[in-house]
Amino acid sequence: MGIPYYYSFRNLWTRRLTTLLTAIGMALVVFVFAATLMLAEGLQKTLVDTGSYDNVVTIRRSSQSEVQSGVERVQASIVESQPEIAVGADGRPLVAKELVVLFYLTKRGSTKPANVVIRGVGPESHLLRPQVKLVQGRMPCPGSSEIMAGASIAKRFQGCGIGEKLRFAMRDWTVVGIFDAGSTGFSSEVWGDVDQLMQAFRRPVYSSVLFKLRDTGDFSKVKARLESDPRLTLEAKRETRYYLDQSEAMAKFLRILGLTLTIIFSLGAVIGAMITMYAAVANRVVEIGTLRALGFRRGSILTAFILESLFLGLLGGVVGVFCASFMQLITISTMNWQSFAELAFNFALTPGIIVESLLFSLFMGLSGGLLPAFRAARLNIVDALRSS
Amino acid sequence: MFILKLILRNAFRHKLRAILTVVGVAVAILAFGLLRTLVGLWYLGVESSSSTRLISRNAISLVFSLPIAYHDRIRQVSGVTNVASANWFGGIYINEKNFFPNFAVEPKPYLELYPEFVLSPEESRAFIFDKRGAIAGRKLATKYGWKPGDQITLKGTIFPGQWEFILRGIYRGAQKSTDETQFLFHWDYLNETLKKTIPRRADQAGIYVVGVARPEQAAEVAQAIDKTFKNSLAETLTETEKAFQLGFVSMTEAIMIAIQIVSYVVIVIIMVVAANTMAMTARERISEYATMKTLGFGPWHIAWIVFGESLIIAVAGGLVGIALTFPASHWIETTLSQYFPVFIISPVTILMQFLAALLVGVVAGIFPTWRGATIRIADGLRRIG
Repeated sequence: MGIPYYYSFRNLWTRRLTTLLTAIGMALVVFVFAATLMLAEGLQKTLVDTGSYDNVVTIRRSSQSEVQSGVERVQASIVESQPEIAVGADGRPLVAKELVVLFYLTKRGSTKPANVVIRGVGPESHLLRPQVKLVQGRMPCPGSSEIMAGASIAKRFQGCGIGEKLRFAMRDWTVVGIFDAGSTGFSSEVWGDVDQLMQAFRRPVYSSVLFKLRDTGDFSKVKARLESDPRLTLEAKRETRYYLDQSEAMAKFLRILGLTLTIIFSLGAVIGAMITMYAAVANRVVEIGTLRALGFRRGSILTAFILESLFLGLLGGVVGVFCASFMQLITISTMNWQSFAELAFNFALTPGIIVESLLFSLFMGLSGGLLPAFRAARLNIVDALRSS
Repeated sequence: MFILKLILRNAFRHKLRAILTVVGVAVAILAFGLLRTLVGLWYLGVESSSSTRLISRNAISLVFSLPIAYHDRIRQVSGVTNVASANWFGGIYINEKNFFPNFAVEPKPYLELYPEFVLSPEESRAFIFDKRGAIAGRKLATKYGWKPGDQITLKGTIFPGQWEFILRGIYRGAQKSTDETQFLFHWDYLNETLKKTIPRRADQAGIYVVGVARPEQAAEVAQAIDKTFKNSLAETLTETEKAFQLGFVSMTEAIMIAIQIVSYVVIVIIMVVAANTMAMTARERISEYATMKTLGFGPWHIAWIVFGESLIIAVAGGLVGIALTFPASHWIETTLSQYFPVFIISPVTILMQFLAALLVGVVAGIFPTWRGATIRIADGLRRIG
C-alpha cells in the first residue's frame, strides 16, 4: 500500500472522536435506509409467500380483494366444473369455495380493536394450502361452531387461545386448534367451516373460489374462458399475483416514505462528512505539501482523500447494517389498507438490501469527501509548505 | 457585550464549516417539523370529529351492514336529534390512482349533522332535490376541474357497475382542517339501483350517523341504541365519532410510531454532526483558550464563549429550518394534495422545532465547553494545532 493511503487510514485512527462521530451520523442514516427497505421487503415477502403459483383465485370483477368480492353459488359451481382443475387423491376436484369477512377483535391487554380476517373454508382448503399446519389442538369438525386461529392471532388477541370462546353472529365459537402457516398472511387469520359461517353471518354468497391447476400452463386458457363467460362476473388471478397486488400500495408507500426520509437525512450526514474532511484537509496542509514535495502526484493525493472518506462512509454503512440486522427480531402488526385486515410481518434482510445499504453509505462518503479531496489535490506545494 | 461579539466572530471564523453546519441543522429541523406534522395529520380525523355525533355500525365489523328499519328505531331513542344513513362507496374515478373518499349519504340530515361542510343555500337545495346529484369538496373539485353540472362516473368496487352522478355543489370547509376532498351523493340513488340489480343487498345502510343534543348524553345514548338491538341478527356497536376514527387510526399505529421514532433519529443525526463541528473547533482553539486564560479570563468566560458559539450555530440553523417549513408545507399541500388534503404546521410543532434546535446546540456544546473550561494553561500552550 502506498504511503498516501496508509497515511489516510492512520489519520482516521488518530482523529478517533471525529471519525467516530461522523461514522455514527452515517450509520444512523444507513440504519433508517435499511430498516425501511427491510420493512417493505418483509411485508411483500409475507404476502407473496402466502400465495402458491399453481393456485388460481377467482373474485368478483373490480372488487380488488376477497373481502369486497361476492361469488354467487351458481357462479361458484360453474367455476368448479372447469376441466383444467386438478383432481385430488379422493377423485374430487381441488376447489375451495371460501367466505372471507372481517370482524373486530380486541388485542390482549388493551381495548384497541383490530380487523381480523375470518375465513370460512371447505375440506379442500387445506390441500390447496399445504403451508398451513396444525400445531396445537385439532381441526375444527365440519358442521360445528368450532374455529381454529392462526399462530400470530392466537398470541395477540383476546379469546383466540386454545379452548377459549369468541362470540359473534349470535353464537359462541370455540377455538379448538392453532395453526401455523410460517411467515404468510394466513397466520393472521381465523378459520372455520364455510357453511356454518355463511349461515351465521346470513351471507348467502361465497367471497372467492380457489382452485389448483392441473397443468400450470393452462392458466391463460382458463382465465380467458372464465372472464368471457356471460354467466360469470368474475376475474381470475394466480394466487401469487393476487397477494402481490394486495401488498403493492403499502409496500410502495413504505418504500417512498423510506426513500424520502433517507434522502433528507443523508443530506445531514453528507454535510457531516464534508465538515470532517474539510477539517482533515485544513489540518494537514503542511503534510500534504510535504507529500507533494516528496514526489507524490496530485492524483495520489486526490485518491488518498477520496479513499479516506469512502472508508469513513463504509464504516458507517457496516455499523448501520449491523444494527439494522437486529430489527429482524421485531414483528410489526398493522392494518394493510388494501385488504383492510390486520397483518403481522417481520423485517426481512436480504443480500440485496445489504448491498444497497453499503453502496448508499459509500455514496454518502464519496459525496462528502469529493470537494475536500479536490481542494487537497489542488494545493500549491510552496504555499502548502509555507503555511503553518 | 464583548463576549457576544467574540462568540459571533468565532462562530463564523471558519465560514464554510459554519455554513455547512447551519445548513445541516436547518435540513434536520425542517425534516423534523414535516414529520411531526405528518403524524399529526394521521390524527386529524380524530381531532376534527364532533363530540355530538355518534356512529352506529354492525358489531361484527364494518363489512356488515345494518337494516334500514334501524333508521327509525334509532330516531326514537331518547336524546337522539338526527339520524343519517351512510355507506362507504369505495368507487374508483377513472383508475385506482385517483383515490378519494366517496360516501352515499342521506343529504338533508347528513348536511345538518356536518355543519362544517359549507354549501350555499342554492347548491344545497339543488343537491337535495336531485337524486343523482352529488357534492364534492373544494380541493377535490379543483384537482379534477369539476364544475357544478358536470357528469361524473365512478366505477363501483363494493357495489358493482358504473355509477353516474351530476355534480350539484362544491362544499367548503368551515375550518381550515376540514377535509375538502370528499365526494358525497344520495344514499337513495344507491339503494334504488341496488333494488333493481342486487335486491339482496338493498335496504341496508353501512353506518348510521346519529346526532345528540349535548356531548354529555353521548355515552348514555350510545348504550341505549346498542341495547335496543341486543341479541338481534344485526347487533350494533355505537361510539362517538372520535372513538370511531381513533379505531381506524390505531390499526395503522405501528407505522405512525415508526415515523415518530424516525423524526427523533434525524435530530440525533444532526446532533452528532454538530457535536463533531464543535469538537473540531474546540480542539483547534485549545491554545487560544489557554492564551485567554493567561490574560486573566476565568473558566466561566471560556465556557460561555464555546457554549455560546454552539448555541448560535444551532439556533441559526433552527431558525432557517423553521422558516423553510412554511414554503415546504405549502408545496406539499399543493402538489401532494391527494395524499395530504391539509398540511398545516401547528404552533406546537414550531415550538418543538425550536426546542430541538436548542437541544442540538446544548448537547453539541457540552464536551467542548468542558474541555475549554478545564484546560490547564501550560497544557494548552504546549499543544500544537
